[in-house]
Amino acid sequence: MGFINHEKVAGKMASRTAKNSFVKGLFLAATLFGLVVLAILIYRIITQGIGYLDGDFFTNFASRRPENAGIKAAIFGSIWLMAVAAPVSIILGVGCAIYLELYAKKNKFTRLIQMNIANLAGVPSIVFGLLGLTVFVRMLEMGRSVLAGGLTMSLLIVPIIVVASQEALRAVSKDIQEASYGLGATKWQTIRRVVLPAAVPGIITGVILALSRAVGETAPLIVIGALSFVAFVPENIWSGFTVMPIQIFNWTSRPQTDFHDVAAAGIVVLLIMLLLMNSIAVLIRNKFSKRY
Amino acid sequence: MISTTNKNKQAEPNNKKLQKPNVFEAKGFNLWYGEDQALKNIDFDIAENNVTAIIGPSGCGKSTFLKSLNRMVELVPTVKMAGEIQYRGKNILSSKFGVEELRTKVGMVFQKPNPFPKSIYENVAYGPRIHGIRDKVTLDQIVETSLKGAAIWDEVKDRLHENAYGLSGGQQQRLCIARCLAIEPDVILMDEPTSALDPISTLKVEELVQQLKQNFSIVIVTHNMQQAARISDKTAFFLSGELVEYNDTDVIFSNPRDNRTEDYITGRFG
Ligand SMILES: Nc1ncnc2c1ncn2[C@@H]1O[C@H](COP(=O)(O)OP(=O)(O)O)[C@@H](O)[C@H]1O
Ligand SMILES: [Mg+2]
Repeated sequence: MGFINHEKVAGKMASRTAKNSFVKGLFLAATLFGLVVLAILIYRIITQGIGYLDGDFFTNFASRRPENAGIKAAIFGSIWLMAVAAPVSIILGVGCAIYLELYAKKNKFTRLIQMNIANLAGVPSIVFGLLGLTVFVRMLEMGRSVLAGGLTMSLLIVPIIVVASQEALRAVSKDIQEASYGLGATKWQTIRRVVLPAAVPGIITGVILALSRAVGETAPLIVIGALSFVAFVPENIWSGFTVMPIQIFNWTSRPQTDFHDVAAAGIVVLLIMLLLMNSIAVLIRNKFSKRY
Repeated sequence: MISTTNKNKQAEPNNKKLQKPNVFEAKGFNLWYGEDQALKNIDFDIAENNVTAIIGPSGCGKSTFLKSLNRMVELVPTVKMAGEIQYRGKNILSSKFGVEELRTKVGMVFQKPNPFPKSIYENVAYGPRIHGIRDKVTLDQIVETSLKGAAIWDEVKDRLHENAYGLSGGQQQRLCIARCLAIEPDVILMDEPTSALDPISTLKVEELVQQLKQNFSIVIVTHNMQQAARISDKTAFFLSGELVEYNDTDVIFSNPRDNRTEDYITGRFG
């Protein structure tokens, strides 16, 4: 045919392979950049905070003196907040995803809902804080309690969980669902025994990402009036509370530089907590994939 | 009228007594996907303990018809149906007829092997479990009988608790047949069950179909005419959503009445 001129092709070969290696190098550099920045960040935080990371740091409450300052109230506050936000947001988020993905008819109305949920996932967190302040703190008279904070956080993360769970549910092979229906299973049996087990790893990843976001979030809690100087552990869902990022923010905004090191210690604890959450996610995921 | 006698017994004079009852009778059955009509005015009787083959060019509505028989076609939201399909004398399209009940009587084997991502044992036990069987001993028996029934027991008996995805394509398909046998159906629908398999696995499945017809009524869609000729008692030829011709398999392949059937089986189009 003569469309391919092999001499010309050979002539261009060198520049083609060069471009190939250049692009590869570029992407490698992009990856390394992220890694290096992360490494520097972690190194700085740890060297700065290590001096304050001792047993006292975990058992002491907030204090005016840096050497006595501890993160106990904030750790417990964060745990309490998660204890409220996690069940509420998982039940609402996963339930909503299952309904939209597996039960709802695909029409204009569900598309509208769908679009709104995707948009909600992108709304700035402070807006959810204002909503929580109006609805939970004032209208429902929950006050500045763990309950109000947890519910506000749920508002913030439910859309994230819905979107992630929907994706996980949509990725479940239609073939095995048909196999289940073909054996006379009801919709719920199919969801419970085929769809959910296959989707759980994806759903859990989404849930943990959402909860990690909630653990690190400050703005909405400041809006609803979480405290920053707390010398007690919440006793029930009506107690006042603080959380780790607020405590850290409070320390970094103090004039004494010693408190900045305390803040670094707090950041280390926060990072460890996030790491723990992610490990739990990995564990659960492995457990579910082993069952097959 | 369509004769429902088995071809082997055709010569016998008193074949009226041997006439097998119908499991399915479709009368004036129509089906639309949205605005597109996929099946037009189908009248189709399917006899008990026969292998009934459905042939025709791709897109002619074979799978659609097969999936109408256990109402799997309703998983497509736009589907609309009219007419009647009777299963053992009851209209399965009536809202009174429960699909779950229908599908435990009318099992299905799909084109692509679709085992669950579970162990071999759990795949077969799935059906009995959803129908409420919990007892371990009973389940063990069902699993063994079904796997034997699908001629795969010897190959898997030492690895029942390994993932089904570790099996070859042909083994997976026979596992899917075993899974279907485990709910003890009356009819088995097979949608091109060998189209994704190699020739040896195909042969095994074909032999299996011959054995299964002792106890089950089988409706099999195939685009492979030799296969239809080899394994079926009756053959139906579909074209553009219509049932063109339906007769004993040897008649269809040796002496078709309709020109379009002849063109198709002689390979002039398709
Ligand atoms: N889910 C669907 N939605 C819309 N049209 C469909 C769907 N499935 C099949 N069809 C159409 O119905 C006709 C028959 O399809 P099918 O029964 O799959 O044919 P066959 O199995 O004979 O190849 C085809 O024209 C096909 O495009
Ligand atoms: Mg088909």
